[in-house]
Amino acid sequence: MTDIPEGKDETLGDVLRQRGISRRSFLKFCATTASMMALPPSMIPTIAHALERAKKPSVIWLSFQECTGCTESLTRAHSVTIENLIFDSISLDYHHTLQAASGHAAEEARMAAMEENYGKYLLVVDGSIPLGNPGYSTIAGISNYDMLMETAKGAAAIISVGTCAAYGGIPHAKPNPTGAVSVGEIIKDKPIINVPGCPPIPVVITGVLTHFLTFGTIPELDHIGRPKVFYGQSIHDRCYRRTFYDKGQFAETFDDEGARKGWCLYKLGCKGPTTYNACATTKWNNGTSFPIESGHPCLGCSEPEFWDGGGFYKALSMPTEDISKTVIYTAAGAVAAGVAIGAIQKGRKNSAVASHSKTTIDDLEK
Amino acid sequence: MNEIDFLNWVRGPGFQIAVIIFVAGIIIRLVEILMLGRKPNLAEAKGSAMRSGLRTIFSRSIPEKSTFKRSTFVIVTGFIFHIGLLITIFFFTPHILLFKDVSGLSWPALPTPIVDAVTVVTIIALFLVLAHRMSNTVLRFLTNYEDILVWLVTILPLITGYFAFHRVGATAPTLLALHILSVELLLVLFPFTKLMHAFTIVLARWYNGAISGYRGVQS
Amino acid sequence: MSASLEKGINVLKEQVDSTVAAFFSSCVHCGMCTDACLFYTETGDPSKTPILKAEPLRRIWKSEYTLSGRIAKLFGLGKKVDEKLLTDWETLVYDSCTLCGRCSMVCPVGNDITLLIRKTREGMAAAGHAPEGLIAATKRSVTIGSPMGVKLPALQAQIRHVEKDTGLTIPVDVEGADYMLLLSSMEIMHFPEFIGAVAKIFNKAGVTWTLSSEAFEATNSGIQIGVSDIAAELVQRTVDAAEKLKVKTVISPECGHAYMAIRWDGPNLVGKSFNFKVRHILEVLDELRQQGRLKTSSMDTQKLTYHDPCQISRRGGVINEPRNLIGMFAENFVEMSDRGKMNWCCGAGGGVSSNERADEIRLKVFQRKKDQLDEIKPDAIISACSNCRLHLEEGLEEYGMDIPLLSLTEILAEHLED
Ligand code: SF4
Ligand code: SF4
Ligand code: SF4
Repeated sequence: MTDIPEGKDETLGDVLRQRGISRRSFLKFCATTASMMALPPSMIPTIAHALERAKKPSVIWLSFQECTGCTESLTRAHSVTIENLIFDSISLDYHHTLQAASGHAAEEARMAAMEENYGKYLLVVDGSIPLGNPGYSTIAGISNYDMLMETAKGAAAIISVGTCAAYGGIPHAKPNPTGAVSVGEIIKDKPIINVPGCPPIPVVITGVLTHFLTFGTIPELDHIGRPKVFYGQSIHDRCYRRTFYDKGQFAETFDDEGARKGWCLYKLGCKGPTTYNACATTKWNNGTSFPIESGHPCLGCSEPEFWDGGGFYKALSMPTEDISKTVIYTAAGAVAAGVAIGAIQKGRKNSAVASHSKTTIDDLEK
Repeated sequence: MNEIDFLNWVRGPGFQIAVIIFVAGIIIRLVEILMLGRKPNLAEAKGSAMRSGLRTIFSRSIPEKSTFKRSTFVIVTGFIFHIGLLITIFFFTPHILLFKDVSGLSWPALPTPIVDAVTVVTIIALFLVLAHRMSNTVLRFLTNYEDILVWLVTILPLITGYFAFHRVGATAPTLLALHILSVELLLVLFPFTKLMHAFTIVLARWYNGAISGYRGVQS
Repeated sequence: MSASLEKGINVLKEQVDSTVAAFFSSCVHCGMCTDACLFYTETGDPSKTPILKAEPLRRIWKSEYTLSGRIAKLFGLGKKVDEKLLTDWETLVYDSCTLCGRCSMVCPVGNDITLLIRKTREGMAAAGHAPEGLIAATKRSVTIGSPMGVKLPALQAQIRHVEKDTGLTIPVDVEGADYMLLLSSMEIMHFPEFIGAVAKIFNKAGVTWTLSSEAFEATNSGIQIGVSDIAAELVQRTVDAAEKLKVKTVISPECGHAYMAIRWDGPNLVGKSFNFKVRHILEVLDELRQQGRLKTSSMDTQKLTYHDPCQISRRGGVINEPRNLIGMFAENFVEMSDRGKMNWCCGAGGGVSSNERADEIRLKVFQRKKDQLDEIKPDAIISACSNCRLHLEEGLEEYGMDIPLLSLTEILAEHLED
C-alpha cells in the first residue's frame, strides 16, 4: 500500500513491470484467477490482456461502524503476492485507516477524487451505518449516513466488505442499539457487491477487484448480493469432515476421541451447513487451514444475522430459545386452564343429567 | 426478512410459539377428557380391569390374525410409516440434540444413512397410504378434509427434512428453515386434529381393555 | 314429555364421559372397524362403517365437550344434531348394528365403538327415532312383562308340559333356594325343553333352584332399544324378586343380551351393587363340572361346532365355559375360523330380530356365518342363546342349508349319566 506509483494514466501492466513481475508469473496469476472464478482456460489470455491494459481505477474506502478487522485481514498477507500488488496498484484515494492525511485534508482528498472520477470510481465500504442516531458514528463531523449518500452518488459500483457493511453484522445484532443497517439497505440505485465474512477472505476481495478490472463489470451475484464464484458453495458441502457427518460420527466435546479423530463438529455448533463461503476451499493464512480444520466449528460469519443464531456452540437443530422453561411454564398454565375448562364442561354434563326427564314407554314415540 | 432471519425465527420465536400451542393444547385436551370422568362399575368383576387395560395398551399394536387378513394393506403401511416416523423423529442425531436441549435426555442415534433410507421408505409408505385412502371405497367414504390435512402435515416434515439433508432445491438455510417450519405446523395442528391419537390412544386402549377385562375378556 | 329432538340431545349429552371423549379423540379413520363388521363385509356398503354409526354422539361430544368445538359453536360452525341426521341414522344405529362388539376388538386405537353406538341409541330413542318393532316389544315388556307378550299362565302351562315330560317338578317361588333361574320368552314359547334340561341337570347335581312367578323374564328390551330408564325398571323387577326369594345367585338363561342386561348393566342401571350373584347358565354348569357334580356317560360322535353368542362371549366373558362343557360329550368338536372373542355375529342381536324393518339385511349378513360354516361343514351347531338359535335356523333355511341347532344346556342334559 506504500509507495503508490505516480501518474494516474499508468496501466496495471506498467505497474507490474515496474515491480519486476515476470510475464510468466503474471500469466500464472491469471490462470489461478480464472480457475478461482470458474472461467474456462480459454479466458486466460483475455484476463491477462485486460489486466495489462487496465487503467488504475480510483477507489474510495469508507469505514463506518467497524472494527478494522476487515482491513487487517486484507493487509495481513504474509508474503508479497500478485494479489497484493494488484491491490497496491489501485489508486486508493481515501482510506482513513491507511491514509497519511487526516481531518479536513483527508476529506478534501475524498472530495477531489470524487470530482475527478465522478461516475467511475469504486466505493468500498466496511462497517455498518447507524440510523438510530447519526451521532453514534461520525467522521470529521459528518455522519456515516451522509457520507455514504454523498460518496455513493458518483460511484460506479459499491463493494460492501465484511458482514457489517454487507448485512449489518455485529452492530446489527440484537438489540441493535445503534439502529445499524447495511449499505444495501440504504443505497438502492447502485450495483452493490457484498463480500461478507467476519472478516472476509483477502483473496476474495482481490478476486472481486480483478473481476472488475478485467471485465469492467461486477461478477455474478447470488440472491443476497455475494459473488457466486466465492460464495456459491456452502462450507458443509466442501468440508473435508463431511464424510463423518454423513456417517453420523461426531465430536461431542473439543477434546474427546471424536475431536482427535477429526470427526464432524455439528454437535459442537458448527454452522457450516447453512453457511456459504470459500473458507473450505481457499482457506486462510495463505492456504494454511480454516477454522474447522483447526477443530473449531464454523460460526457462519458470512451469513446475515450470524450473531443471533442462538450461540456459536448450539447445534443448528437446537432451538435458540430456552424451550425447557417454555414447556414447564406452558404446562403449568395449561393444567390450570385445562382444569377450568374441564370443570365448565363437567358442569355442562351435570346440568344435562340434572335436566334429565325420565323416559317411559309412553315417550318412545313423538 | 432474509433466509437466515427466517431460519433464526423458526429456530427461535417460531419454535417457541409452536411448542406453547402444542403443549398447552395437548394438556388441555387430556385434562378435558379425563375430567369428564367415569362412573364406577357396580357389577361384580370377572377379571382385572387394571391388568387388562395395561395389557391392551400394548397388545392392540399387534393385530389378531383374521383382522390382519382383512385389513392387510392398512396394517402393513400403517406399521411402516409409524415405525418410520419413530426412527426419523427420534433416532436422527440432530433431532436427538434438540430433545437433549429441551429435556436434558439423550440417547444413541442410528447411523445417518439408515435414517436417510428410512425417510424414503416412510415417504413412500405415506404416499401409498394416501393412494389407498383415495382409491378404497370405504376409506374414500370415511375421508374428510382433516384426514388430508393431517396427511399433509405429517409428510411435509419428512419431505422437507429429506431435501434439507440432501441440500437440493434451495439454499441450505432456506431448506432447513422450511423443514423446521413444517414441524412447527405439525406441532400447532397436533392438539386439534386426529394427530391427538398419539396421546389419547393410551386412554382409549386402556378404557377398552379395562371394560373388557372387567368382564373377563382380554381385548 | 314425549320424545323430542331436544330430549334426545339432552340424553346424548348425558352419555358423554371420559371413555367417549377418549374414543372419539382417538379415531384415525383407518377403516379397520369397517372390515370387522358383518354389516359391511356382507353388503360392501361403506356407510355401514361402525364408527360412523355413532356420528350423532360424536357431534354432541365435539360441540359440547371440547374447547375447539365450543368455540366453533360460538361462531355457528360445527356439525349439528338435527331431525334429519337422526332420521338418516336410524337404520344405521338400529338395523345395521347388532352391538356385537367385533369392531371394538379390532380398532387399532382401542375404541370401544360398540359402546358408542349403544350410547347413541339412548339419544335416538329419546328423540323418537327408535324402530317401531322395538318400541312395541319394549311396551310389551313393561306392561305385560315380556317382549313377546308371554304371561304367567303361559309359563305355567309350559311348566306343566315339562313336568309331565320329565317327571320332575319345576320349583316356583321357593324361598331360600341357591339359584333363581330366569327365562327368555323365546325359551318359554319355542324351546321349553330348556326348562326340562335345567331341571334334569340341577336335580342330578343336587342344586336347589327356583323360578319366580313375579320375575321370570330374562330379556330386557330397554337395553336393546337403548332406554336406560326402562332397562332399569325391568332389572329392578328381577332384583326385587331375587331379594324376596332370598336366593344366592340369579341365573341368566341362554340368551345373549339378557345376560348383558342383568350381569353387566344391571347394577349400574339400578345404581347399586346386587346382594346376590349373577351367573350365566353355562358358568353355573361349568362350576358344577369343576366340582365333579356333573358326569356324562355317552359321547356324541357328530361333528359339532359352537357359535359364540356375542353378548355372552365377546361382550360377556363366557368363552371357556362352553368349551369345557362341550368337551364332556363331544368327540368331534371343531371350531370355526373366527371364534370366541373374535366370533362373527349371527346378525340378529341387539334388537335387530325385533325390528321387522331389518329383516332383509339381517338375512343378508347371515352370509358371513354361512361362509364360516361352509368352511368346516359341521353336522350340528351348538349355541347358548335362543335368539341366535332362532335366527341361525332361519338363516340356514334361507340359504338352503340343513344343519340342526342345539342348545348347549339341552344337549348336555341328554348326555348326563343316568
Ligand atoms: S464440521 Fe461443520 S461444515 Fe464440516 S461437515 Fe461437520 S457440520 Fe458440516
Ligand atoms: S357392534 Fe358389531 S354390528 Fe355393530 S358396528 Fe360393531 S361390528 Fe358392526
Ligand atoms: S377402527 Fe378405530 S380408528 Fe379405525 S376408523 Fe374405526 S374407530 Fe376409527
